[in-house]
Amino acid sequence: MTTHAAKWSQAGRVLGAWLVLVLMAQVGNARAQEAAHPVIPDTLQQRIAACTACHGTHGEGTPESGFFPRLAGKPAGYLARQLQDFQDGLRKYGPMEYTVRPLSPDYMREIAEYFAAQEVPYARSPVPTISAETRQRGETLVMHGDPSRQIPPCQACHGTQLTGVQPDIPGLVGLPYDYVSSQLGSWRTKTRATVAPDCMAEIANRLSESDITAVSAWLATRELPADMHAQPAGSVTPPLHCGVLGNKGDGV
Amino acid sequence: MKRIAIVVIVVLLAAGGWWWFHNEAKAPVARSASEVNAAALKDPALIAKGEYLAIVGDCASCHTSQGGVRYAGGRVLPTPFGNIPSPNITPDRETGLGDWSFEDFWQALHAGKGRHGEFLYPVFSYTSFTKVSRDDALAMFAYLQSLAPVHAPALQPSLEFPYSVRSSLKAWRALYFHEGEFQRDASKSDEWNRGAYLVQGLGHCNECHAPRDSLGGQEGKASLAGGQIPAQNWYAPDLSTRANGGLAGWSEQDIVDLLKTGQSARGTAFGPMADVVTQSTQHLHEDDLRAIAVYLQSLPARPANAPENSPLDTRPIMAQGAKVYGERCADCHGKDGNGVAGVYPPLNGNSSVNEPTGINAMRVILLGGFAPVTHGNPRPYSMPPFAQQLSDADVAAVVTYIRRSWTNTASVVLERDVVKYRHTPID
Repeated sequence: MTTHAAKWSQAGRVLGAWLVLVLMAQVGNARAQEAAHPVIPDTLQQRIAACTACHGTHGEGTPESGFFPRLAGKPAGYLARQLQDFQDGLRKYGPMEYTVRPLSPDYMREIAEYFAAQEVPYARSPVPTISAETRQRGETLVMHGDPSRQIPPCQACHGTQLTGVQPDIPGLVGLPYDYVSSQLGSWRTKTRATVAPDCMAEIANRLSESDITAVSAWLATRELPADMHAQPAGSVTPPLHCGVLGNKGDGV
Repeated sequence: MKRIAIVVIVVLLAAGGWWWFHNEAKAPVARSASEVNAAALKDPALIAKGEYLAIVGDCASCHTSQGGVRYAGGRVLPTPFGNIPSPNITPDRETGLGDWSFEDFWQALHAGKGRHGEFLYPVFSYTSFTKVSRDDALAMFAYLQSLAPVHAPALQPSLEFPYSVRSSLKAWRALYFHEGEFQRDASKSDEWNRGAYLVQGLGHCNECHAPRDSLGGQEGKASLAGGQIPAQNWYAPDLSTRANGGLAGWSEQDIVDLLKTGQSARGTAFGPMADVVTQSTQHLHEDDLRAIAVYLQSLPARPANAPENSPLDTRPIMAQGAKVYGERCADCHGKDGNGVAGVYPPLNGNSSVNEPTGINAMRVILLGGFAPVTHGNPRPYSMPPFAQQLSDADVAAVVTYIRRSWTNTASVVLERDVVKYRHTPID
């Protein structure tokens, strides 16, 4: 004869088994959903995985090697221009040209603004050992230029603190030695160009190879200013006519 | 040996062709002597029609250099026989079509001959464009003549001998070129005929989506059967409804979606097709897209390849591939390979995963990239490039895994295949 207690016990077991089954089914469902439909956030950051795979989620780049440039905090106009230049074949690097090829000007602008808005601390990168003399030459070129060879000082365009100028001029301090020297080199080998007149190509061609080492090393070892943001728009008068600056500027 | 034989044959045929060609040189038709008067070419409705047709034909894609003025030519097209730059087709009198009559233009498009009767290199797809109607050709000519003239002198082709001898094309044409406008099939609907006309003619889909032999020619019976694009090294898949590598499972709407937005529930355009979508098909009228889809859906399905029984023990490579897939791919494409609707394409049943060579999957994994930006998808998602992160062995393993998982039954890809395509120039 079955007691009440036993009946309850049996009912409890049935209920328990049912609960377990329901729970298992739900876990199963959740798993199935996870497997079948990964949840993809509708964010720009998710959309631009092709960019962040190399340049970092926040555009931090690879400061150790300097191979993938930092994008974080560079002025948006400058970044959008670089994307356009890769699309037009003025800047040469197969993987970048391939990646930006299908993009529209609006989308490139949005991507540029994303990286421009990222705040990432600056990391220091390895710098070759240079003589005091070379270091001095670097400082002279950056701060005063070399009028005898019509080389304007870097700070005339890139800002008094060398942190860039909104919206089109990038900062120079905090960038790896390898990056700066290879960019100056690529202007000379015509693998980096921009809309004419390409004033940086002119300047890079006026520099000697040892000048490039001196400038890149001095910039890479320069102590970082407390405020790394680019100066306000219109706060410099470029000494050259530059296509990227709407051909405004003085001098030759 | 085969190559020497080809060269000998081509040289012999070229010599014969030269003799023939000698009798074919002709003077251009002067504009004043043209059956089309200058005023007729100024008709805005005709020009607008021509602009649309030039987009359907994607003329700008070849006739514009990277960052250059639209239609001013200068894009260098790589072929297995050498590089051929596209000419300026703006109406500049000295370097473009400024002095051309409609008769000259028709002769180029329809017969593949230049103004003086010289044979044009078939990198200009007159093998397809010959099917374009005279009315449509006239509209395109009116449009091109309405453009601002740009002075852009032609670059010289850099072809290897014997291909550098233009008259050698006489032989090539005898083998592969069938001159003639599109012929309607009265047993089919208007929509089907419109689709067939666009696909076979102006759309020149066969120029990529059909196999080429060692002389760069295509056999008619392999129409839209899929093929490897020479020099560019992408594989343009079979457009019939074949299972495993064709458009099996694609609905009419899926085809329209891919052409209009760059993506569909069945796959996403990338590589050269992404350019085609961005520049051409996204701008097509809905009824033309639907006509193309109706025609493609009517193509008889070619038999699916028999599942390959690899002589290798594929278990280790599949296990390695599954590991890479789980770590790098599953978050977006799903463990089941079905992707995420509207975001990431499915790999299960994807014609570009199952195509015969594995080139597409290898190169997409190495290069990553964005889906094409279109009006329907202005801010596409993208795939990271894995060239820096995955070894040749890992790429081969994961490609093999996705080609042989779920419903996919394509062949194994080896490490040496990845080595070959890792450094293919990107253009």
